[in-house]
Parts: sequence; structure tokens; C-alpha cells
Amino acid sequence: MELFHTIPSIDFLGQRRWVMPVTLLFLVAATGSLLWRGLNLGVDFTGGVVLEYAYPAPAELGAVRATLEGGGFHDAVVQHFGSSSDLLVRLPPLAEGQKGALLSDQVTATLVAADPGVELRRVEFVGPQVGAELAQQGLFALAIAMLGIFVYLMFRFEVKFAFGAIAATFHDVVFTVGWFSIFGIEFDLTVLAAVLAVVGYSVNDTVVVFDRIRENFRTMRRGSPEELMNRAVNETLSRTIMTASTVFVVLIALYFFGGKVIHNFALALLIGLLVGTYSSVYIASATALMMGASRETLMPSKRDEELDALP
Amino acid sequence: MHVNRYPAWKNALIISLVLLGALFASPNLFGDDPAVQVSHATLVGDPSGLQRRVEAALAARGIAHHPAELREGRLQVRFDGTEVQLRAADVLRAELQDPNAVALFLAPRTPDWMRSLGLRPMNLGLDLRGGVHFLLQVDMDAALGQTLERYETDARTLLRSKDINYLVVARDGATVLARFREPTDRDAARTALAGEYPELTLTDVEGAEGAALRLAPSEVRMREIRDAAVQQNITTLRNRVNEIGVAEPIVQRQGADRIVVQLPGIQDPAAAKKILGATATLEFRMVAGPDETSAKMFRERDGNPVALKREVIARGDQVADAQATIDVDTGGPAVSISLDSVGGRRMGATTAANVGKPMAVVFIENLPTTRIAADGSKLTERRRVETVINVATIRSPFSSRFQVTGLEQEEARQLALNLRAGSLAAPVDIVEERTIGPSLGADNIEVGLRSALLGFGLVVLVIGIYYGVFGWLANIAMVFNVMMLIALLSLLQATLTLPGIAGIVLTVGMAVDANVLIYERIREELKRGQTPQAAIHAGFERAFATITDSNITTLIAALVLFGLGSGPVKGFAITLSLGIVTSVFSSINVSRMMINAIYGGRRVERLSV
Repeated sequence: MELFHTIPSIDFLGQRRWVMPVTLLFLVAATGSLLWRGLNLGVDFTGGVVLEYAYPAPAELGAVRATLEGGGFHDAVVQHFGSSSDLLVRLPPLAEGQKGALLSDQVTATLVAADPGVELRRVEFVGPQVGAELAQQGLFALAIAMLGIFVYLMFRFEVKFAFGAIAATFHDVVFTVGWFSIFGIEFDLTVLAAVLAVVGYSVNDTVVVFDRIRENFRTMRRGSPEELMNRAVNETLSRTIMTASTVFVVLIALYFFGGKVIHNFALALLIGLLVGTYSSVYIASATALMMGASRETLMPSKRDEELDALP
Repeated sequence: MHVNRYPAWKNALIISLVLLGALFASPNLFGDDPAVQVSHATLVGDPSGLQRRVEAALAARGIAHHPAELREGRLQVRFDGTEVQLRAADVLRAELQDPNAVALFLAPRTPDWMRSLGLRPMNLGLDLRGGVHFLLQVDMDAALGQTLERYETDARTLLRSKDINYLVVARDGATVLARFREPTDRDAARTALAGEYPELTLTDVEGAEGAALRLAPSEVRMREIRDAAVQQNITTLRNRVNEIGVAEPIVQRQGADRIVVQLPGIQDPAAAKKILGATATLEFRMVAGPDETSAKMFRERDGNPVALKREVIARGDQVADAQATIDVDTGGPAVSISLDSVGGRRMGATTAANVGKPMAVVFIENLPTTRIAADGSKLTERRRVETVINVATIRSPFSSRFQVTGLEQEEARQLALNLRAGSLAAPVDIVEERTIGPSLGADNIEVGLRSALLGFGLVVLVIGIYYGVFGWLANIAMVFNVMMLIALLSLLQATLTLPGIAGIVLTVGMAVDANVLIYERIREELKRGQTPQAAIHAGFERAFATITDSNITTLIAALVLFGLGSGPVKGFAITLSLGIVTSVFSSINVSRMMINAIYGGRRVERLSV
């Protein structure tokens, strides 16, 4: 079976004249939402308590709220989680000096006193200090990952290509995180892990195209950089679509059947996969081209030849 | 002319790596049984008696179980389902009258001969097996405070013994300040202190009230104090965790002042918190006479004030052993105590010199207290509560073995446990808690496996249909990839979490990428008119650099994630990084070997790619 019998000749780079403005528009929307609305940060980053309970029978939210109110937990937010007999109770971040770990026990004791059949399924308590640290570490990790990839690509390719790849990756991250902001989906530690995996995947995808560009620059005597880049994108198109599809079906399985805990994780990866594929076709090469990438920038160095000659 | 054959040694190497993978992955095929682990303090010396009692109790309630086994001094009983396991645990807790004696865990069904070879199944994370994860913050201010208090008393004793006059020696922030009437006294004190405590920095302070000397522990000493506090807390927490009988607990330092505690199978996080954070300890002091000037006021249980001497005869940390028992005279709860040699000698000397005088036992606890803050919210704080539980007249001298009464039964049990396990060098606060109930853990395994199998199946179908024979070879290589990934995870005893399962699934999706790159390249070469053999050769050759570049960049992201990660996220980073390594090996070497075996070294008209 084949997607394309002959290599397609779509003018991807020629489309940058409208692709770039549209992409920028999306990025501005995502950034705007991040600035204005911010992220619906999960308990991992804000600190606070999340408790999951399983009731023996469908539970009335009002009754549970009243029970908690009676126990003195005025700030508790109660909602159904997955089914009508599963409940999620959230308590806001705690002030300095409060012992959140005891708070969760008190909530459980209050609910069990009202209905002995209640089963505690999950507790996530994160102190405000730890939450702030996790958020900080997350941003730091993201920056380090991008930097590491940039440096690697600078050595393996050239700074203009490294810049193109990082621009594409940055686009994917902003778009994915922006999506979570626009739709107010909870952003927790596992989603952050997914965003980092998106970074890995997106660069992976871009590098495949760049490798082909390098090869074309070296082996084809004729053609402008734009033509050769276009050719590279087209040549790798069926691979791009195939790989995106296999990862896509896997993520669909995770999204629908992987359980509530990794639902948002799979969602972040799905969005990242789609925009990552788009960006390595439309953005990475176009950015390198706009930065003035040419045949000369990728003339083979001795080290590269040795590396390429490996079996 | 390319013949596409691997030399025999290369085939042998690849096949042996795959076989090794199969061997190390095999322990995971057996699955595990829900089980309980029973350890009982008073029956430690008589395991077969414990075994008989446990089996009798289960039989009486008609609970079906596998034969009980003794492993490392603890009794393990396996059951056929989680419900039976939970019921059995309740029965055994009631039978042994000790909630801490019974721990739930998953016992791997791996045969003994495999275990003896060091072959173990993957380690399941708490999100898959249930349990609690705590991150404890050690209260360093308290640790420093205790040390300063010790310097304060020691300095006073030293000055008194050298007949140096001082006005007052007291804590002042992170230092101790000693005031003197005469500067000459201060000079004498400085010499004496510098000789005895070289780790203290001594500075003169001139104030309106006369000469003073500031005693400050050096930076190095402060760091030592902090390190020692964390280390001692880890030891104490390990002992406590062992006392409550958790199967496969983890107690580890994290960073400068934090400790991670993971207790798989614990169902009651509240009880675990109580035991981990407990600070209950004892002090023995003489009751102060009416004309005593430096007495300290305490309260008895009923609120009556009682004045005790400042000197402490013995402390909880000098207790060598403690057991909760019943007092023979009153029938009430008691704790029998054996002091270590230093404490025993002090106790012997003091009691011998004070026959006929009253001695008091002070029970010290850090209790959480709740108060309503100004804004109406509840504030929970920890407060040190010291209560005199017992004042008794010394009838005759005693030294290291005696009994303490005046406690409730639960308090006596808790105190005995704390005295045995050692006290915390500094109080700990729980700054993070993640508890997964056992049923949620089981659910997570189920959804994880189901989605993984489904994703895997879909990829196999897509690749098989799209690439024909080559596709199915890639699929076989992918099975080997997953197998080797599981083998590596088992070998390293890395922890598998739910995001970790997602990582495996994602690796499968991405591992195919290498084969896709190679196959697309082969197709291109064929279209260019290359012979099948040359196309295979060029396909693998040319795709190699691309595969390396693209996987190294992903690996960079995965490794950073590993550094960032805690718990589940780390599990994801581990499977992702290891998966990249195994997938490159399997999609390049394993599939090449199979393709060579099928097509290599003969005339091929057409390739099914």
C-alpha cells in the first residue's frame, strides 16, 4: 500500500506567505490567553488538597457539600468525577503554618462519619512551597530541554537550522499550553511531562526533514534552496504522515481507554502531535529559509562524513 | 553487489541479546497475588506459633488462602482476590489485636528458582499497586534550636565547674549569649569555652549591661547539625516503618532537608501519618523541693501544677528497649523500659542518692492543635505538650530496668513503639502526600494494560497492512522491542507507573518511526531503479544518520524529564528513555537481521515493502 506513488510536489515553502501570518495569529491568541486567563493549574503547582472518594451509590453533591460545610470546610469544592458515585473534593491552597496533611484526614473522617460506605480512592496533597518548586522546576526543565536540543542541532546541522527547529518546537509548546489555557483544562505535572514529550517528538519530526534537506543540498547540483527544501519536505511527506498516524492511533487508545488520570496527559500529546507535525512541515524549514539558510551553510565537514559513514 | 548478509557473530550477538531480554522479561509473566504480611512483636520468637494462629483464624472465618509461608522472619499469606485479602486483613488485625501487625501487599508469583537467580518482575509504582507517598520536610530550625539549647546548658555547667562568675547564659536568635559582670570573667570564659568547644565562634559584645560573649556554631558545624538531623530522622523513620510492618517500604533523602517515604499497600494514611510524625517521648526528673530556685513548672493530667528540677535524669533517647505491658499491681497499661548503660548508670546513682524522695515521669508530645484564625479559617499547628504522667516516691534504688504507668493503652503502645524506634532528631512536616487506594491501583493497572494492548494492536495493523511482509517483520521487531524494554525495567528494578505505561505505548508509536524511515527509503531506492538487494542496503544505510539524530534529540528531552521527575513523571521519563534505546536496537538490528535472513544472499525479484 502506498500513500503517494510518485513523490508529491506541493509548494509547502511557497505557502509560507499566508501560513506564517495565520500561525502568528494563533500564537498571539494562545499567548494572549496565557497572559489574560492564565492556566488552570492543578494542585501539583498551586498546592492544596484533592481527594477522590467512591460512594457505594450515586452521591448527591448537595448533601456532601452540606456535610463538609457542617465539618467546617467552607472552601471545599465538590464535583462528580467520571461517574455519579465518584466524587472529587478540592480544598484550596493552605496558608503558611497550616497542616494540610491533617486536613485530608479530617475531611475523610467527616465524610465517613456521614456515610460509612465511603471509600477513599486517592489523596493528592501538595504544600504551597512544594507546588511553587514544582512549577519552577517544570519551567526550568522545559528551558534546559530546548537549550540542549538547540546545542545538539547547532553542532549536527547549523545555527539557522537549530533556530528553525527551536522556533517550530516553541510554537508547538505555546500552542499546546495555550489550548489548555483557552479551554481551561487542568494543567498538572503529568501534562507538563506530556509537553516535554511533545518537545522531543516535535524536534524528532523536524530533524527528519532537516536531514533530507542536508542530503539534497549536498547531492543535488541544481535548484534554489527553496526548491531543494520543498523537495525534502515532499520526499519525507509519506513518512511524516505514516509516523504521525501510528503515534496518533496509540494516543487515541490512551485518550479514550487510558483512564481518567492520564486523560489530560494524552490530550496534551495529541495536540502536540498534530501541531508538531504541522510545524515541522510548515514552520521549521520556512524559518531556516527566512534566516538565510543556503547550500553553503551545510557544506559537509569532515566529522559529519565520518558520522554518516557509520553502518 | 550487496548480498545483505550479517556475519554469523553479528546474528549470534543479536539473537543472544534478544534471548537475554526474554529471560529478564520472563518474571513478569507470572503476575502476582494479593497477599498479607503478618509480623507480630510478641510472636517474633515463635514463627510457627504465629503461623498456626493465623491459619486457625482464617479457617474459622472460612477464608480460603494459599499455605502461609515464612520469608525473612515475616509470615506471608496469599489470596485469590483483593476482596478476600481485605477481609482476611481485618480478621487478622482483630485476632492479633494489633492494627500494625498486618500489611497488605502484592506477592509476585515468580518461582523461587527465578528469584534465586536474581530475576525479578518490574517494580510497580504506588499508582498501580496502591499505597501512600509522603514527602517530609525536616524542621531545621528545631534541630538547630535543640543544639543551641545543649550548648546553653553545657556552657553553664562548664562555667560553674571552673568557678567563673556569669550573670546569665541564654539563647539569642541563632546564637547563645553569655553576660558577665566583669570583663575578666569574660576573658576566662572565652579561654575555657574555646578549649572545650573549638567548633564555636566566640565574639565579644559590649553592651550597656556590661561585658558579653556571643557563642555561635560555625558554618561547618551548622551543616553537620542539619545533616545529622536528616540522617537520624531517616534511621528513625526506617525503624518506625519496620515496626508497622510494611512490605517493601522506601525511606530516602531528597535534597537538603526532605525525606521521601513510600508505603505500598497502606490503606489508612491517617494511621501511617500518626506513626511517622509521632514525637512522643519521656523524661525523668526529680520533683523540686519547696526552696528550690531554678525549678520548672509542669502540669499533671488533671491540671495540677508540679515543680520539677531542671536537670533531666534520663531521656527517651537513652532507652534501649521498651514494651507495652500490663501493670501487675493495678492491671492498667504500662510501658516496661530498659535504659542503655549511660542512662542506667545515671538512674542508678540518682535513685540511690534520693531514696524516699519523689521522682516524676514527663510525657512529651507534639500535638496538632486547631484554632480559628482571624479570617475564620481553621489553622492547625503543632505544639509541644509536656505532661507529668506519674509522680512516685523512690522506695529503693533501681537502674536500667523499670516500668512506667499512668498512660492510656493506646498511648502506652505508641510510646513503646517510639522509644524502640528512636525519636526524631527534629520534627517533620508532611509537605506532600499522594495516596492511592488499593482498588484505584487495580483499576489503573487494568486501564493501563487495556489501552496499551489496544494501541499496540492498532499500530501492528496499520504497519502490517501498509508495508506487507516488511511491515510484519517490523511488527515482530516491535514485540521484541517491548520485551527488551520490560527486561531492562525489570533488571534495573525501575518503577513502572501509569504514565510509565503510557511511555511504553508512546515508544511503540515512535519506535515504528525508525522502520518507517528505512522502508520509505527502500521504496524510494526501488523507484529509482535500484535492485532489491541494493535498495535494502541503501535504505538501512541512509536512514541511519536520520534515525540517530532524531532519537538523540528525543532522548535529550526524556533525560531532562527524568531529572525533573518525581514519582509518576519519573516513571514516564524512564520508560521513554529506555524505550528509545531498545527501539533503535530492535528496529535497526533485529529487523535487519530478519530481512537479511529472508531476502539476503539470493536473487530477489520484488520486495513486499
